[in-house]
Amino acid sequence: MNAPLVPLDRLPRGAAAVVRQLQGGDELAQRLAALGLTVGAPFVVLQNTGRGPLLVIARETRIALGRGEATRVLVERTAS
Amino acid sequence: MNATMGAHAPLLVGLAGQPNVGKSTVFNLLTGLQQHVGNWPGKTVERKEGSGVLNGTRFTLVDLPGTYSLTANSPEECVARDFILKERPDVVVMVANAASLERNLYLLAELLLLPVPVVLGLNMMDVARAEGIEIEPGLLSAALGIPVVPMEASRARGVAELARAALQLARRPQAFNPARPEIAAPHRAVLAGVGRLLADHVPAPYRTDWVAVKLLEGDREVIELARRWLPPEAWQAVEAVLAEHEDAIADIAAGRYEWIGRMVRVAVRRPRLGQVSLTDRIDRYALHPVWGLLILLAVFGLVFALTFQLAAPLQAWLETAVVSPLREGALHALSGAPPWVGGLLADGVLGGAGIVATFVPLLAVFFAAMALLEDSGYLARAAFVTDRYMHRLGLHGKSFLPLCLGFGCNVPAVMGARVIESGRARLLTILLAPLVPCSARLLVLAFLTPAFFGSQALLVATGFVIANVVVLAVTGSLLNRGLRQGGRVFFIMEVPLYHAPNARTIARFVWQHVLAFLRKAGSLIVIFSALLWALGHFPGPGLEHSALAAFGRSLAPLGEWLGLDWRLLVALLASFVAKENAIAALGVLYGSAAGSGLAATLAASIAPASALSFLAATMLFIPCAATVSVMRQETGSWRWTLFGVALLLVIAIGAAAGVYQTCRLLGFGLT
Repeated sequence: MNAPLVPLDRLPRGAAAVVRQLQGGDELAQRLAALGLTVGAPFVVLQNTGRGPLLVIARETRIALGRGEATRVLVERTAS
Repeated sequence: MNATMGAHAPLLVGLAGQPNVGKSTVFNLLTGLQQHVGNWPGKTVERKEGSGVLNGTRFTLVDLPGTYSLTANSPEECVARDFILKERPDVVVMVANAASLERNLYLLAELLLLPVPVVLGLNMMDVARAEGIEIEPGLLSAALGIPVVPMEASRARGVAELARAALQLARRPQAFNPARPEIAAPHRAVLAGVGRLLADHVPAPYRTDWVAVKLLEGDREVIELARRWLPPEAWQAVEAVLAEHEDAIADIAAGRYEWIGRMVRVAVRRPRLGQVSLTDRIDRYALHPVWGLLILLAVFGLVFALTFQLAAPLQAWLETAVVSPLREGALHALSGAPPWVGGLLADGVLGGAGIVATFVPLLAVFFAAMALLEDSGYLARAAFVTDRYMHRLGLHGKSFLPLCLGFGCNVPAVMGARVIESGRARLLTILLAPLVPCSARLLVLAFLTPAFFGSQALLVATGFVIANVVVLAVTGSLLNRGLRQGGRVFFIMEVPLYHAPNARTIARFVWQHVLAFLRKAGSLIVIFSALLWALGHFPGPGLEHSALAAFGRSLAPLGEWLGLDWRLLVALLASFVAKENAIAALGVLYGSAAGSGLAATLAASIAPASALSFLAATMLFIPCAATVSVMRQETGSWRWTLFGVALLLVIAIGAAAGVYQTCRLLGFGLT
């Protein structure tokens, strides 16, 4: 891992990234995993307006996640 | 019973699948009208069961709750896996959405760890194709080692083939030898170690290897079970291993997806990246913080208007063409009997039935709108836009529509809570819905405020509505903190692709829900209505000398503290059958018809402080009989229903006391 890890909520719309670390407890990790956001999963941010929930697409699934949940997902940006 | 198939018990088939895969369409096609809806024992989760015959084989199909995984985070997930472990179905049919195949196969990866043969139905092949995804079912079947059937359930394509494959597999389970996901290499030895520690302590129907995986995944229910099964020293050893390998949770999930990736590699061709689908183009507006909110208000405004505009004439027609003639007929037929018999039947029983009947058009229109929004995928967007506001109350974004509808009537608000997947958020919505001032209460408010406060009526009425919403918000956040049992409510939600809603699915949804209302809540409403009629008439004569009045008088000490005399207390109690009854009761008790005469009488005989207290109590008082009945129906529990009723009773008394005592302190409006 060479690029620095950032919380998911900091990514702008259109950014591509890979999930590297899930914080915030087992249950959150289990729920994210079930929807496809696992460690190593590539995704693209579809919507992030700076407030309110975010929308990302991973494994052909559009996933809405609250801002609080998004801060606990640490990601590594990749070239879009 | 048919002689050729009577010899065998029907095959037991479980229907599994993630949410938004068209599972209920498949269920309806396979079972037709042979359906039974109940609850899973001890759970508020709905259990749908149906039966059918295919090529002479009878089967019972059990619709498992839609879940993304089988890890015990919700009652739904527990129900689904307990069914497979404990009821031992002959086969499980899993329906997957072909347009998001990999994520759907996550559930399959979990199902394949359980001791049951599985067939996979690839639904929504048309949607996948529209998204540019090409899937070869034959290649996928070869990789997974299980039957895979392509389907378009909305056009009834492939469903019979799926059932045939399932029944074939059920008859030859020994032939089932699928590829099974393995845990990623770094934790394989750890898993084996946990397995050895569990050794002979895992009782049937559980299997040691499955329990070991679930322990490493941090599954709360399985951890609890294992703690009970193992001798203390063995459990301590297991705990030590789990603590050392906390990272296994992420690793197991990632390992499953890695396995899925290998399974679909040959069978699936994906569209080139960078293509913006129609869904994303619509969502630029539908999910926008400003546009999205405007669209939402427009859509909900339309639903609200449609529900009450379309339903109103139907309600009026039912009232004049069916209910009234019935009542008159009953009165006429019983003219020879003592008057109370006719009264009880015509006003108590048929009055209650009339309430039930007039709810039907309202609910039918509302459920149709709700099903349309859910089936098209819009409801998830509405939840997205409102979530930031609802989340603070511990509610889901999907709670917004039902609560909004509550301003019209609390009954659809409570029933509308079914679209919320999280059991905890659903319960909170049901408990909070009666705090939304419904149109009947708004009517009472609109009638009484001008009587008491003249030119300031609008101000007072608006104040009460706002106060109601504030009370709802405060109660919501308090309950949210108090109801820790379900764990935290995370906002993580799939936002499905938009698709054309299916008329048959909507019709079925409306039919089932109206029927459930008539069957379960309907009879309760009639009982409540008859009971209250009797309490209000015996021993008589009239409401003033009834048991209800005696009860009201016995509450005088409480009433004094609230600034309410016994007549106001009785009016409050009478509003239980229907909120607008409060006015009629006041009319009887203050000896004046419900016209302008009543308004003047009330203004003359009730002090402003008492009036404020009465209005506060009315707006927050226990839900009406119909709402209580659907609360019971939807929670499946008298305990939660009574909790909800008691909660409102406490809030109403507290608010009335607060208002009256504040007025007393300030010396306002006591005479």
